[in-house]
Amino acid sequence: MVSSHLKRRLKYLRLALVEHYRIINANPLSRFGFWVIVVFTLVALFAPLIAPYDPWEMVYDSEGNFAALQPPSWEFPMGTTHLGYDLFSQLVLATRTTLLIGATSGLISIIIGANIGLIAGYYGGKLDEVLMRLTDILYGMPFLPFIIVLIALFGRKLEFVILAIVLIIWRTSARVIRAQTISIKQRQFIAMAKARGASDFRIIYKHILPNVLPLLLLYAAFNIAWSIITEASASFLGFGDGETISWGGMLYELWLSGKTRVAWWWFASPSVCIILLVTSLVFVSRAYEEVANPRLRKR
Amino acid sequence: MAATTEPVLSIRNLGVAYETSQGPVHAVSDVSFDVGADEVFGIAGESGCGKSTLIRSLLRLLPNNGTMTAERCTYKGRDLMAMSDEAFRSTIQWQEISLVPQSAMASFNPVYRVGDQIIESMRAHRRMGRAEAWERAAGLFDVVGLQADLLRNYPHEFSGGMRQRAMIAMALSLDPGLIIMDEPTTGLDVLVQERILRRIREIRAEIHSAIILITHDIAVIAEMSDRIAIMYGGEIMELAPSVDLFENPHHPYTLGLENAFPSIRNVGKDLISIPGSPPTLVGPVESCPFEPRCPFRIDGCAAANPAVVDVGDGHQVRCLQTGDVARMRTLAREKSTWRS
Repeated sequence: MVSSHLKRRLKYLRLALVEHYRIINANPLSRFGFWVIVVFTLVALFAPLIAPYDPWEMVYDSEGNFAALQPPSWEFPMGTTHLGYDLFSQLVLATRTTLLIGATSGLISIIIGANIGLIAGYYGGKLDEVLMRLTDILYGMPFLPFIIVLIALFGRKLEFVILAIVLIIWRTSARVIRAQTISIKQRQFIAMAKARGASDFRIIYKHILPNVLPLLLLYAAFNIAWSIITEASASFLGFGDGETISWGGMLYELWLSGKTRVAWWWFASPSVCIILLVTSLVFVSRAYEEVANPRLRKR
Repeated sequence: MAATTEPVLSIRNLGVAYETSQGPVHAVSDVSFDVGADEVFGIAGESGCGKSTLIRSLLRLLPNNGTMTAERCTYKGRDLMAMSDEAFRSTIQWQEISLVPQSAMASFNPVYRVGDQIIESMRAHRRMGRAEAWERAAGLFDVVGLQADLLRNYPHEFSGGMRQRAMIAMALSLDPGLIIMDEPTTGLDVLVQERILRRIREIRAEIHSAIILITHDIAVIAEMSDRIAIMYGGEIMELAPSVDLFENPHHPYTLGLENAFPSIRNVGKDLISIPGSPPTLVGPVESCPFEPRCPFRIDGCAAANPAVVDVGDGHQVRCLQTGDVARMRTLAREKSTWRS
């Protein structure tokens, strides 16, 4: 019995995955975005195996010369910095940081935002008032300065960067999910769940949550994209974790070196990566948006 | 067998008021009745007469601006008014009082299979295993005349009649003492309606639940109920055993209602409607709610809300002119009487 139950669960899981793949595969842009994300994820997972050097290791070319500020070549495919660091290795290892920060703060913020939205929307009244005024206050905060102040306050460490991003980025998802919750809680099947003696907890998480799921996935993707941009911006301004390399951090080092006008290859690769990853996330979320908002669908 | 004589549900002077910007709206006032075990108690009335509010208050599903008051409201001797929401939810709701809602179409959560929704309440309230609950759900589907393998389907794959039957199966799932059916056949075509009503009648023989049947369809209620309450303006105007109500109606509103329904015995006869529209119910109840539309009104009708009069055999009427019923019945058949 247990094994047949498990088998059925696995079958549902497989069906769900097929369904997600179908959503993504439905248009060429989201398909492209999906594979870009897959490649970046693989790079992040196997970064230490892929990167030929340490990010802050001075490198020498095959003739034994110190390789400082080299443009891209066969030996150093993305060139080197003025201190002779290999940019390819930096980029690969930075992918790991960027994805880690993006995924963690994106996911934590959607969890916080979804819960606040569900609770405010479902209970309404004073609780809703308090939570939504809190959201309004956060909306009043200028985005990047707020994060910079927080990081300056907490310290330049990876976990604090994540915390700072999470603290502000949940606001949009909370608002949107609250609105959707209010619309769903008025539907008949919620009244019916109440009549069946379902607790508030069960109504919120078992009956409302699955109905806001498409929207939630959409905002999860947005939050991840925004976290990546924010982390890059903060790092570029010197408010990243000094111990780990990130794409924004690479641009920061370029800025500090003063070689901005000379070393085009130095800013090219991290910038392209940021743009590529963020647009890919937007493309994929766009596919989910079509599910959440049928008006966008092609007629 | 004391249990069969003791009422399942006993209500005295139940009232529901909604707080609105125009002041309190008395959607239900001064409602009293008992529902016996195994009894089908019908409540009939036009839209806005308070019948849905009444059952919502019994199930504690009133919106936040609604408050319920009652001198007495007991279920099998247990005082429902004194019970906390949490106690009500964990002991009474669905396990003892279940609901077949007005629109079964929208009453299933679209993201879950019908079967999963039926076993959800069984597992939550009775701590049943999944397999056991599923088996019971299959049995219930058999009772309402649906194939057990339909349990694996989603609500959108069901037709209207199937969904309504699935709802009835769901309402039966915990062997409740009382099932409230709120317009169970509204919105279904007559054939499906007939099939569902037949099914409900068959189920009655198998289960031991009392049923409160709410409808605006006099024909349905006449066919199904043991006793009928006619509601108007939030109050019960007349309450009587079904046969008695139709053979021996007392209240002018009931007389008007019976005129307004087609009868198979008088084919071709013009239907007579009651002129005017239902009251708004804003403000305190100070007169008979039917007074403005009543062709038999006398001076006392507007002065105070008439008390309930017992005219024998448990036949209750809220009217001042119960003594003059023979004249009213003759006049009520004339179309000219109902012209305001």
